[in-house]
Amino acid sequence: MNSNTKKRLNIFLVSVITVLIIGKFIYESLSKNTVYFFSPSDLFNSTELPRGLIRVGGMVKKGSLIKNGNKYSFTITDFKKNISVSYIGIKPNLFAEGQGAVVEGKLSTRNSLVASKILAKHDENYMPKEVADALKKSGDWNKKYGK
Amino acid sequence: MFSFLNTKNFKDFHDHYLFWVKVFFLSLVIFGLILSLFLSPADYLQGDTVRIMYIHVPSSWLALQIYAVMCVCGFIALIFKNRVFTLITKSIAPIGFTFSLISLFTGSIWGQPTWGTFWTWDARLTSMLVLVIFYIAYILTWKIISEFLLAEKLSSIIALIGLANLPIIKFSVDWWNTLHQPATIKLTESSTIHASMLTPLIVMFLSFVAFSVIIFLIRFKLESLNLRVNSKKQ
Repeated sequence: MNSNTKKRLNIFLVSVITVLIIGKFIYESLSKNTVYFFSPSDLFNSTELPRGLIRVGGMVKKGSLIKNGNKYSFTITDFKKNISVSYIGIKPNLFAEGQGAVVEGKLSTRNSLVASKILAKHDENYMPKEVADALKKSGDWNKKYGK
Repeated sequence: MFSFLNTKNFKDFHDHYLFWVKVFFLSLVIFGLILSLFLSPADYLQGDTVRIMYIHVPSSWLALQIYAVMCVCGFIALIFKNRVFTLITKSIAPIGFTFSLISLFTGSIWGQPTWGTFWTWDARLTSMLVLVIFYIAYILTWKIISEFLLAEKLSSIIALIGLANLPIIKFSVDWWNTLHQPATIKLTESSTIHASMLTPLIVMFLSFVAFSVIIFLIRFKLESLNLRVNSKKQ
């Protein structure tokens, strides 16, 4: 390794360390400020209610979905706290009870939200229908997927 | 060590192997498409929409992996002044760029029926868009700067800055709340995809890799000939 290569390598290493330190600070501030959605518990624990459009994500509680024409009301839960949601419009295909969802809208009270948009969240599990049925039948479903 | 990459040896290597890589790619992609479009089962929740995955996931993997290769080659080119690695980086950049675009477009086509939206500013989608911007910045550096030595240096630096984005893309789904679901294929744990759907995914991935190799071989030959012609002119 000649001296020029060594010099370039040193400059490189110093800049990588600088970038890493800056990145650490950026990450710290980002992880506080950038939330794509809140969980119902986050909202419950927050001292000041967020204003304007917010997103709340969680599981659509089983047995809570009521459909009336194109009006929907349901409960979003993270299995600790609940938020009741009302929505008028078209729902995405994957939106169903027991599935994950993110709703965008305005809080009317601390635990109720008027949604202007529903996004269905889907999980990382992929399998054919027959396998899913067989898993549900044998009772292994809950062990594996906890729903 | 890299003697086969020397432009002279490379020409023989190139002509000899390019044909076989093409045959390999064609047979894999035909086999993979039949598997993923017809023989693989529909998903229990998403139905046939899941078939977008067989294009979307391999392109996203390759977009990230090609960028990682670009960073390693850019590093060697910048620090050890090895011209061959500059040419490798320059040759593969448009391939990765194309795959990152395919990943974004198939992602939106998939997002509309499943999530209910074409685009949303969650951490995974945004960081993937940043990757596309880095690819554009890298390619533009070569287009705008006509002086070879300067373009070589600047583009390598741009590639290396973009390296910081790769772990953000990979771990965005774990670090933040995102609409995008976490990874299905994991290195340390068992994958949460059924074997009948994993096989077409892997075959499609291999065929995309073979495709990248074809384009790389063609572009590398072109870039090295270009360099030789230009240096003779001066």
